Amino acid sequence: MTDGNNSQQLDRADTRVRHDEGISGAIREFIDRTRSGDLGMLPVLAGLVLISVVFTSLNPVFLAPNNLANLLFDASAVGFIALGIIFVLLLGEIDLSVGSMSGLASAMIGVLWVKTGLPLPLAILGAMAAGAFVGLLFGLLRNRFEMPSFVATLAGLLTLLGLQLYILGPTGSINLPFTSPLVRFGQLMILPAWLSYTLAILPGLLLIYGGIVAAKRRNEANLSSANLSVTVIKALIITAVLVFAVYYLEQGRGVPWMFAIFTLVVVCAEYALTRTKWGRSMFAIGGNAEAARRSGINVDSIRMSAFVLCSTFAALGGVFSSARLASASIQAGTGDVNLNAIAAAVIGGTSLFGGRGSAWSALLGVLVIMAISNGLTLLNLSSSLRFMITGGVLAFAVIVDSIARRSRASHGRA
Amino acid sequence: MTQTQTTRKHGDLLLKMSGVSKQFGAVTALGDIELEVHAGEVVALVGDNGAGKTTLVKVLAGVHQPTSGTIEYLGEEVTFDNPRKALEMGIATVFQDLALCENLDVVANLFLGQEISPWRLNEVEMEVRAWKLLQELAARIPSVREPIASLSGGQRQTVAIARSLVMEPEIIMLDEPTAALGVAQTAEVLNLIERVSGRGHGVILISHNMEDVRAVADRIVVLRLGRNNGVFTTENSHEELVSAITGASDNSVSRREARKLETTTD
Repeated sequence: MTDGNNSQQLDRADTRVRHDEGISGAIREFIDRTRSGDLGMLPVLAGLVLISVVFTSLNPVFLAPNNLANLLFDASAVGFIALGIIFVLLLGEIDLSVGSMSGLASAMIGVLWVKTGLPLPLAILGAMAAGAFVGLLFGLLRNRFEMPSFVATLAGLLTLLGLQLYILGPTGSINLPFTSPLVRFGQLMILPAWLSYTLAILPGLLLIYGGIVAAKRRNEANLSSANLSVTVIKALIITAVLVFAVYYLEQGRGVPWMFAIFTLVVVCAEYALTRTKWGRSMFAIGGNAEAARRSGINVDSIRMSAFVLCSTFAALGGVFSSARLASASIQAGTGDVNLNAIAAAVIGGTSLFGGRGSAWSALLGVLVIMAISNGLTLLNLSSSLRFMITGGVLAFAVIVDSIARRSRASHGRA
Repeated sequence: MTQTQTTRKHGDLLLKMSGVSKQFGAVTALGDIELEVHAGEVVALVGDNGAGKTTLVKVLAGVHQPTSGTIEYLGEEVTFDNPRKALEMGIATVFQDLALCENLDVVANLFLGQEISPWRLNEVEMEVRAWKLLQELAARIPSVREPIASLSGGQRQTVAIARSLVMEPEIIMLDEPTAALGVAQTAEVLNLIERVSGRGHGVILISHNMEDVRAVADRIVVLRLGRNNGVFTTENSHEELVSAITGASDNSVSRREARKLETTTD
């Protein structure tokens, strides 16, 4: 295909549109997008830098490799809950019961596995099945009785908390055996160094490979394709950042398995949301449920699937946090777990108003939230202050979301 | 789709309603309606508020079922039990509120609910088909990868009409497509309607705006109080149309009917 043909490309026929080409074009487009309120990952990056600077100046331990590894352990459990929340947020719904659900799941692990002696995999499956069932109930309340999800899940919050207290009984706490694979997974298991480095290089390679394949297919279809040099630069930046992160963590304990698995699940969720009909339907319902219904999308069943996924992931997060704490107690899932998970999703860039977001926002947002929580713990602040600060951060994140949304509307972006 | 667009010639009879009535309790919303739609033809449906235009469209869209009467579609008697069936048989409707997802781009909206390869969305194929469809309609959409929120009212109407064409329907019904549009955008949508009928689709156009109707319609069907009140062409004067719509007692229809009556009784 020669350059002369480019003017006849299907998507380049309209001369009124400025098409940003090449590296300078990519930069210009990025600036345009940001100015119009499409912030993408910027708030997260800014937040992480700010947090690192502030906490490191207050206590240099914050940036120590081992502390960061700890942070990643902590982040995975809450991360799963945040990932679940994203599915319901995309529909413009909310689930306030995820904290209680995670607490109930960890209590179930304690009771089913330690007390009753059920095999561990069965106990985990049982906890997740309970999550799926609770999600099904929320979906039913929303679809059948048109109960606002806010109220339904608020009722769920209390009910599930009660159930958690009930099954734990008067002792209130069950210790998980320290030598068990679950606790080792939650506290000790680290990826071998070679695997960490391989996984750090992989995304960049996949990005370049995907870019080449996509460009080839688009060229064959007579469509313009993204400039390959931009893709390569992106891939190089990502690879550099990841390799440095792995190198830095390897100075201490290394990369936790728990975090690797969480990242893998996020990648799968991102694929499902962006590349399948189901994901497209999720965004459509979040944008305009009536339009989705008229296009023949089964709104009820998609909504049901979101609630089921949300509660199931919350249960999985509960299992992970019980592994992390080596106990199932009445404390699990209470306090700031709910808010941390919702705040993580919003800070990561998933809108509370539905129709906007990505699975990545769980990963990025949870890093910010857990960094704050970790830093405050290092400073030996009481939980009263921690609650207030986390609450303030959540409010700030929602304000940014709101302002960015208004700006996008006035700039003609969704 | 069992029928292909290419086998049909302009002027073939697509749809014939005869004696169709629809009652809501004691109220007769439609009574003895006769309507024909041919391939490549724009039929305008006009009438005052409450004349039954929307009810008629909803009967054809499968939202309401007629109380009596028959609908012949492609030479066979049919019933449209639900909206999905009407759509599958090839009758597409563009409602007044366009029902587009503003957060999704043009391609996603065009193929919403009919995505190509559901487990691994074929974005390239969908984008190519979107561009081809829009080019066929000579639609002025700057980029199909922009979210709907960034488009003007006329462009949104264009996307809504193009979306109804993705399934290659035989008939497309437009409910007040120019109601909220400015002069230039209205002209754009009217051009679009002509091109849609030029592709061989039958078009049923509902509008309050006589200018628009006279600009594109081949036949103008007037409804009044749920009944046919004459079929006009663009050759009829504006006054004739208006009096048929408002039911002024001394109008051309009644005069012509009276004359016919006189000649037959003589």
